[in-house]
Amino acid sequence: MTKFVKGNEAVVMGALYAGCDLYFGYPITPASEIAHGAAKWFPELGRVFVQAECETASVNMMFGAAGAGKQCMTATSGPGFSLMQEGISYLAGAELPAVLVDVMRAGPGLGNVYPEQGDYTPAVKGGGHGNYQTFTIAPASVQEMCDYTIKAFEMAAKWRTPAIVLVDGLQGQMMESVTLPEAEKPRPDFSDWAAEGSAKTRPNLVKSIYLDAAQQEQFNVHLQEKYARMREDAQGEAYLADDADVLLVAYGVSSRVARTAAEELRRAGVKAGLFRPITLNPFPREALAAAAKDRKILCVELDAGQFADDVRVQLAKAGLGAEAAGVEMIHRMGGEVVTVDAVVARVKGM
Amino acid sequence: MAIIEQKGMYGEFPRCGKAHARTTHYCPGCGHGIINKLIAEACAEMGLQDSTIFVDPVGCGVFTYYYWDAAHVSAAHGRASAAATGVCRARPDAVTIAYQGDGDLGAIGFNNAFQAASRGEHFGCIFVNNSLYGMTGGQMAPTTLEGEKTTTTPFGRDPSLTGHPLHVCEVFNQLQAPTYIARVSVADTKRIYACKRAIRRVLEIQQKHQGYALLEILAPCPTNFRMDAMKAAKFCMEEMEREFPLGTFRDLENGVAGVAPTAHPESDVLAVKPVPQFPTCNDLFAVPDGIDAPSPENDPAVPERRFKFAGYGGQGILSLGICVAEAARLEKRHSLWFPSYGPEQRGGSANCSVVVSGTPIGSPAVDHPDVLVCMNQPSYERFAADVKPGGTIIVDESVPTDVPPPAGVTLRKVPAIRLAEEFGVPKAANTMMLAALRKYKVTGLDDASLETALVASFKKKPQLVEKNRELLRKAEAAFDA
Repeated sequence: MTKFVKGNEAVVMGALYAGCDLYFGYPITPASEIAHGAAKWFPELGRVFVQAECETASVNMMFGAAGAGKQCMTATSGPGFSLMQEGISYLAGAELPAVLVDVMRAGPGLGNVYPEQGDYTPAVKGGGHGNYQTFTIAPASVQEMCDYTIKAFEMAAKWRTPAIVLVDGLQGQMMESVTLPEAEKPRPDFSDWAAEGSAKTRPNLVKSIYLDAAQQEQFNVHLQEKYARMREDAQGEAYLADDADVLLVAYGVSSRVARTAAEELRRAGVKAGLFRPITLNPFPREALAAAAKDRKILCVELDAGQFADDVRVQLAKAGLGAEAAGVEMIHRMGGEVVTVDAVVARVKGM
Repeated sequence: MAIIEQKGMYGEFPRCGKAHARTTHYCPGCGHGIINKLIAEACAEMGLQDSTIFVDPVGCGVFTYYYWDAAHVSAAHGRASAAATGVCRARPDAVTIAYQGDGDLGAIGFNNAFQAASRGEHFGCIFVNNSLYGMTGGQMAPTTLEGEKTTTTPFGRDPSLTGHPLHVCEVFNQLQAPTYIARVSVADTKRIYACKRAIRRVLEIQQKHQGYALLEILAPCPTNFRMDAMKAAKFCMEEMEREFPLGTFRDLENGVAGVAPTAHPESDVLAVKPVPQFPTCNDLFAVPDGIDAPSPENDPAVPERRFKFAGYGGQGILSLGICVAEAARLEKRHSLWFPSYGPEQRGGSANCSVVVSGTPIGSPAVDHPDVLVCMNQPSYERFAADVKPGGTIIVDESVPTDVPPPAGVTLRKVPAIRLAEEFGVPKAANTMMLAALRKYKVTGLDDASLETALVASFKKKPQLVEKNRELLRKAEAAFDA
């Protein structure tokens, strides 16, 4: 079944096919269509929609629902995402699967409702307290907003971790064709650890507290080992990169601007290519390194350089110190989007 | 000291990290120990241990999972009522009990608790009020008595600076949804028995799924009162009860009314629509709310075409864009639409961008449109200069075009607004523009696809379909070649 829907609506459709049973959320532009879709479709399917009193409540409701062994989600934008950071840390600390969608808007503070990618660091590096990570995935199309929301649920369940779907206001509002899955995913069984109100789960305890320092350290080590294993699910995509002289690196909506720029540059005789991380954490480091070796690199992004800094770190960790040192950036902020013309001009000058 | 086996509690408490531990972490004379025992006992006596999910707080009650033999979810500080909302919504057949203190519920988590009560969530909230923060070292809580000395009110709580004690039951009793609200105490034997009955009542309401129940329990905290157990109990019975009188504020199932229910007049407009049966995702989304079009296919021979539609909000600019995007889908093209959004969409100018291509679309932004459709002057002034050489601007004749379009751009002025008014359908100016797009062959799409898309856009107003078809033809005939 193919439909023409907004990215925000595709997220809800994906969540429903993924077997998400509960939605908790607080309205915020430019993510509101996710709440609107959820408010209609969750009850129509016999599932639960709760409009929370604030984002702090939404994320803690998720803590309860996930703790009770059900797949659940929320969606928000920057200010709400900031409020949720404590709760995300608790979800990670209690190893609870849950999916959060951040439809990024411009900041800091109230900012405005136009697209930015300024939430990169809190969404990718663990924005709350403590040594935790999230599984963070960055769709670039409406189809992917459906597909990767489903993937976020799979990864959240597989790794018992909060998963973040990171998009921006433009992606949330834009309409494209989406082909829906053929069938709903079966519900995962969480009865080994969840508090489900059953005889089997009566001994279960969902918590993030380890009063003893040695136990807390042991738990931290366990988490870090888990995150190291999570790297097997890193995903990236290279386009026109095989023979490129200049490699554009971008995610989300920026990657689409970069894609058009790469095509234009090719038409103008400049060998440009694109590498797009699909998962931002785990970062597809090896795939990036393979595409980036001996290339000039230009990051295209809608932030102050958070993404480019991470690309430098990833390249350096992959042993490409020279490439890392040479990473350049073209960016806009505040709701402005980098234009194709600007990328083309910049690459021609490199 | 030998501890008698306690109903509803684990025989030993290994979760506290000590082997064979059988004593609780509570201080001598603390109310929590008694309350923990009463809850465990009631839960066991009522046969609810398999079906109960406890939501534990942060505060002195944080370690109830050491003791109660049932499933636990250990929540963040202040958030037990929010977490309990998630638990009871996820497991409506379970018995969900949140356990919270007066800093946890009364301060940081007050709104979460209050809103959960207001929604009538199906859980019981046991709220332990000892008039201060216990675990963090005896600071003032919202429930601290006037004049009471705490570590953050060393001169006694001064109402002129810190307000008066917060009466949680009385505030919650203003709400309509709760089923049960009561305040009890554990300061002496008589009160402990009454407390046990109230706890059973809370569990019974949950067992029967009768809604939200709040039980406030006044509890002594000898350590932070800086008193021995007897004096602390006396303080609890005298000073605290003077401020917080005991009683059942409501027990709706037992005929104790709280606030008088508001009379809701019958209303068709405000009627809640029941959802009687639950389809699958495929059933739900099979109902076409747009065009049932095939998936896009790649055809590199079809060049990319970028459109910008702009005008005032209410002129149908956004739906005109969707119409073109949907027509492209009918031809298996990759198709993308996005609107100006945010405060912009609520008054003033509106615009949307459409990209149609035979290959996957990169940038969604339309910086240089091939086609610009303009229905007002600000839009012309804003976008005309960006149109690609070889492109076309279709503008309503009412828009002054003193500033000429860029070299190589064709300007078409059409009487869209005037014609729509003459045809008696002023709202159809966008259909007039669609007619212009067809007439001047600037979309690269078949006339039939555009018409099918137009018809589909009136799916919810079928009575307008024929009228708009007719308008489309009349307009095309009226426009200059």
